[in-house]
Amino acid sequence: MIIASNVSKQFGKIKALDNVSATCVRGECVALIGPNGSGKTTLIKSILGMVVPNSGFITFNGKNILHDWLYREHIGYMPQTGKYPENMTIRQVISMMKDIRQKTGPENLDEELLESFGLNKLLDKRMRTLSGGTRQKVSATLAFLFKPDVLILDEPTAGLDPVASEILKGKIIKEKQKGKLILITSHILSDLDDLITQVIYMQDAQLIFHKSLSDLRADTGEEKLSKAIASVMSKSCYNE
Amino acid sequence: MNKVIKYVMTDILRNKIVIGYTFFLLLISLSVFNLDDNSTKGLLSLLNLVLIIVPLVSIIFSTIYIYNSAEFIELLVSQPLKRNKIWISLFAGLAGSLSMSIIAGIGIPILIYSPTITGMVMVVMAVLLTIIFVSIAMLAAVLTRDKAKGIGVSILLWLYFSLLFDGLALFILFQFQDYPMEKAMVVMSGLNPIDLGRILILLKMDISALMGYSGAIFRDSFGSNTGFIIALLIMISWVLVPTWLSLRKFNRKDL
Repeated sequence: MIIASNVSKQFGKIKALDNVSATCVRGECVALIGPNGSGKTTLIKSILGMVVPNSGFITFNGKNILHDWLYREHIGYMPQTGKYPENMTIRQVISMMKDIRQKTGPENLDEELLESFGLNKLLDKRMRTLSGGTRQKVSATLAFLFKPDVLILDEPTAGLDPVASEILKGKIIKEKQKGKLILITSHILSDLDDLITQVIYMQDAQLIFHKSLSDLRADTGEEKLSKAIASVMSKSCYNE
Repeated sequence: MNKVIKYVMTDILRNKIVIGYTFFLLLISLSVFNLDDNSTKGLLSLLNLVLIIVPLVSIIFSTIYIYNSAEFIELLVSQPLKRNKIWISLFAGLAGSLSMSIIAGIGIPILIYSPTITGMVMVVMAVLLTIIFVSIAMLAAVLTRDKAKGIGVSILLWLYFSLLFDGLALFILFQFQDYPMEKAMVVMSGLNPIDLGRILILLKMDISALMGYSGAIFRDSFGSNTGFIIALLIMISWVLVPTWLSLRKFNRKDL
């Protein structure tokens, strides 16, 4: 569904992505894991067309995304730090997004998170008055709102309280069962254990491996994802 | 496209600065016309307002607005919208709302006190200058990532167009005073939209005789209808070229 081929991106002298190739198929739940600054967010932003790669290309459903924009209709994106127009209320932001996506009516919209996060009572609050966690809730709600085929979640549970985090995880599992492609980055590996099927590990702008979770478990002999990744990370450090 | 323009427009109109700007223009125009019975004198005083304050407010407000809507732009870019569309909508929203202030703040008093061709030319020039400086501001904002730097560049650009350029033109004129510089001056005036606007308005005011020999040259070049239309086309290219450049840059920008 999403194919990245030899994508490279440089910010000034810093390499953010170095010849990254990956293939993600419908029904998978892929975890993007790697140390800070390893290029995870840049890869995600490249997929969304927010960052234009220096070389290589990305296709979505077989079409190059470079001059396309309609493919984003099929993506729900939850950014790492949700940035919204400061003097709009939550209600205005949501209705603006509905307006832009031209989707209305309950059959096209999924407002489940709006209720379960309790955002209903906060609809008239301005974005600038919201706490970081509440912003994350708004971001999550917007990502799921339009029933997209692909969900891209950049550190979804960072900043959320345990209750909200569980609600979100439940929602992700539910959507996964509907056969959607889900891409998650997170540093809280224990959150990912029961969500993901595939692991992409990145380090120093390079994609180190792309394996299914069961393969990774078999290779490292660890049951828990956090332990498995830790053993990979220490091995690579040891090699250096 | 209309949707994004709608949100930009409502956001700007909710911003009290544009409303304040409209009232400020209205207040000045009304007081200028009421100071003297002769409406031509009023127009002349208004000319300086149009040539100094309108570009300044347009360029500074637009630059700050673009930087402040960085979040809004980032949000829109991740949505199924063409980048061209987002940028053009921002431009149209800014240019549209600032032009509306001009029409309300300068256009209405001129219509009441001096509904002449000169007055109309002045309103058209004020609107054109607004649009030109919005597009220059957007170019400055897309080229520099840092907000303070971007605003500084905008102020410098305004300073260049409204003061430094004239100094430069005079300097060149004095250096080459032994040569016939009239044609060159006409071409040079096309390099500065503010100068072009000033010349076009002054020519309509029939006081170009006061400008001496170069006034006669300008009269020859821009006084005719074709000259006027060519000058207008130059002004329009002052809108299109910066917009096109900023659009190209924005399409490749990483957010």
